[in-house]
Amino acid sequence: MSANVNTSLPLEFQTEQNRMNILGFWIFLGAEIVLFATLFATYSVLSTRYAGGPTPHELFEINGVMIETILLLTSSFTCGLAIYEMHKENLKGLLTWLIITLLLGLGFVGMEISEFITYVHEGATMQTSAFLSSFFVLLGTHGLHVSMGIGWATMVIIQMVKRGLTPVTARKIFIIGLYWHFLDVVWIFIFTFVYLKGMV
Amino acid sequence: MDIKWDKILISGDPLIFWSQILILLTMVAIVVGVTYFKKWRWLWTEWLTTVDHKRIGIMYILVGVLMFFRGGIDGLLMKAQTATPDGQLLDAQHYNEVFTTHGVIMILFMAMPFLIGIMNVIVPLQIGARDVAFPQLNALSFWLTFSGAMLFNLSFVVGGSPDAGWTAYFPLAGKEFSPGIGNNYYAVAIQIAGIGTLMTGINFIVTILKMRAKGMTLMKMPMFTWTSFVTSIIIAASFPILTVALALMTFDRIFGTHFFTLSGGGMDMMWVNLFWLWGHPEVYIVVLPAFGMFSEVISTFSHKTLYGYKSMVGSIVGIAFLSMLVWVHHFFTMGAGPAVNSIFSITTMMIAIPTGVKMFNWLFTMRKGRIRFTTAMLWALAFVPCFLIGGVTGVMLAMGAADYQYHNTLFLVAHFHYVLIPGVVFAVFAGLYYWWPKMFGHMLNEKLGKLHFWFFVIGFNVTFLPMFFLGLDGAVRRSYTYSAESGFGPLMLISAIGAAILAIGFVFFCYNIYWSARYADRNISSDPWDARTLEWATASPVQFYNFAKIPEVDSLDAFWYMKKNNKGLELNDDDLEEIHMPSNSGLPFVMCVIFGISGFFLIFEWKIAALVAAAGILVCLIIRSFDYNDGYHVPVDKIRSIEKTWRVIGKGGEKHVS
Repeated sequence: MSANVNTSLPLEFQTEQNRMNILGFWIFLGAEIVLFATLFATYSVLSTRYAGGPTPHELFEINGVMIETILLLTSSFTCGLAIYEMHKENLKGLLTWLIITLLLGLGFVGMEISEFITYVHEGATMQTSAFLSSFFVLLGTHGLHVSMGIGWATMVIIQMVKRGLTPVTARKIFIIGLYWHFLDVVWIFIFTFVYLKGMV
Repeated sequence: MDIKWDKILISGDPLIFWSQILILLTMVAIVVGVTYFKKWRWLWTEWLTTVDHKRIGIMYILVGVLMFFRGGIDGLLMKAQTATPDGQLLDAQHYNEVFTTHGVIMILFMAMPFLIGIMNVIVPLQIGARDVAFPQLNALSFWLTFSGAMLFNLSFVVGGSPDAGWTAYFPLAGKEFSPGIGNNYYAVAIQIAGIGTLMTGINFIVTILKMRAKGMTLMKMPMFTWTSFVTSIIIAASFPILTVALALMTFDRIFGTHFFTLSGGGMDMMWVNLFWLWGHPEVYIVVLPAFGMFSEVISTFSHKTLYGYKSMVGSIVGIAFLSMLVWVHHFFTMGAGPAVNSIFSITTMMIAIPTGVKMFNWLFTMRKGRIRFTTAMLWALAFVPCFLIGGVTGVMLAMGAADYQYHNTLFLVAHFHYVLIPGVVFAVFAGLYYWWPKMFGHMLNEKLGKLHFWFFVIGFNVTFLPMFFLGLDGAVRRSYTYSAESGFGPLMLISAIGAAILAIGFVFFCYNIYWSARYADRNISSDPWDARTLEWATASPVQFYNFAKIPEVDSLDAFWYMKKNNKGLELNDDDLEEIHMPSNSGLPFVMCVIFGISGFFLIFEWKIAALVAAAGILVCLIIRSFDYNDGYHVPVDKIRSIEKTWRVIGKGGEKHVS
């Protein structure tokens, strides 16, 4: 709560409240890991219970999934560039890379929604089998996180444009960066344990 | 959207009908009362929008007391029903609802708010901080807990209570076998409260890691702070599992998925696993802060430093670690096989080791101490033998093979009441008697406190000791009746009488709160117990900024040594600086209301309405994101005048140099 500003540190670490927010967010990410781990465990238990419905082999199409993966992984890279520009105190570079990140994220969410719609039209809904219930809830939770991240980052971009680069806005961007990379890591697990494992 | 208007109000049962009328009258009385005394503005600015950790803590404790009353009535109803063979007071359905709500309310809405409330009031004071790390988030945590608690209690009169037990095992809790909306209440109300608890956990981890007074290393923290810290870690590690489990339950019940159903490839035993993956750590979440309170109380009233501080810390960390590895012992009868059951038998029995270490540490703390038999200390003393019975029967239950005999009998019920009542309720009472002057500036009456103590402890033992024998004789839990031929009658009657004695004890407690608030002496010292930790180094009741000057710490029992060495107690005028404090916010309360409304719609399966209401949550989050209110500064003059009301402020300048 102290207003002491230590200017020798990166912008987002300069105040005590900022340091606490960042630590708090790391712990929140720890809780998120437990949340996703539970969903992954659920999926791994139910992933072969098709109840006469479609199997991963019949359902998944690797092309769309590959594009989704590339979009999201690239967005993680551009997010890193955005933080890099922030540390150089280059507001324009930061905003440019951040907006590119969000556009890539939007592309990912759009592809995922169209993938879901295709599945539903093929008769593979959440209610079809335990496998599909756990599939949709695991991927849906991730997709919802990405969508929330896009909305949240948009709000912070508006604040950034209004207020410029301050310790507070820098901290908010930094935390969104942590969140974004985290979602990327979760996607790598989804790609591996849901799609690759389902295809082979 | 098919709105089930006919299902909204429960009708036909006289008991529920009278409750509806009573609830309505109470609500009218509250509104009329607040309006008559013109207290709306005061209520809003001082309480509903507060971010002060002490006030939030007091509100938590208030919720705990109310929920203790509600859960206690459920308990008494069960005891009245089973007092005689073939009891006629409740029918089977009503009995199912009563034991379900008793369990949920006592664990999630009584024990948790009590403990988190005391944590809120005391932990920042013990570490010499001015608030928690995220004061507004803390207010949101409280209001979400409140929202969940109110929603859950609503089930009684609106829509029907959940009736599948507090563990809500599938397939019984699924749509197939519980088609009503009762279990939707379970899934949604606990979810809302659980999110609040998770945020509390994160908040306290950061608070304790980052906001300790200068010189207070981790191994110089008071034991209650240590236990709160470890509890917060368990919360952050286990509540997300509950979040997922309840979300999957909601999907199964409301959106027709197949996670735990019998059809469509679902697996009902997965619910049991997920539930206890959270549920067992939850036991330690409630019992560890209680251990911390006993440690403070025993140390203070024995006039000695806590014996074996390091082994105490080691054992709570050990308990926290093991708490994640024992969940299968709740369902040895699932049929996981001898190898799995053996492993979980062993991990369960291992918990007895660190717990035993703690027991001996408490006993050695008392050894050769100058013990004062205050009410707080009496609770701690009664805890030791009572909890021991609970612990030892726990080791009996931990043996997988033997558990087949005890499973789902009253023996188990007696066991966990012997763990949770001494381990949590006694601790909460000890903590309340001990810290009451810190919270309110007056003590609770000791004479009434002792009546409370004796009635409660005797009543508790008379209630639950017979249940061990009933369980060994084969009486099953959750059965609403039994025949006279079973021979359970006499012990059941004794148990019911015990419950009445216990209830009288609780009445003494409530009366004590009332009596002390009206008549107790306000002219007491800020350190009435001659205590040892930093919360006693400031005024009673604590001023809103906690410490005019943050104390410096160089040993365990910091305040004790400050008093002994007469160092750091006085306040010099030139030590005073402006204090930065967070501003109040109405947003947490607004979010509580929106969460409640959205949850209510979801419970009644009005999905679109729930979604629309949930959009309100997003709007609140956006408002919060754009809120750059950085708090305010308390001027030195104001601090000086507040500090003068309870202590002498020195001139300063002449610093003692040795």
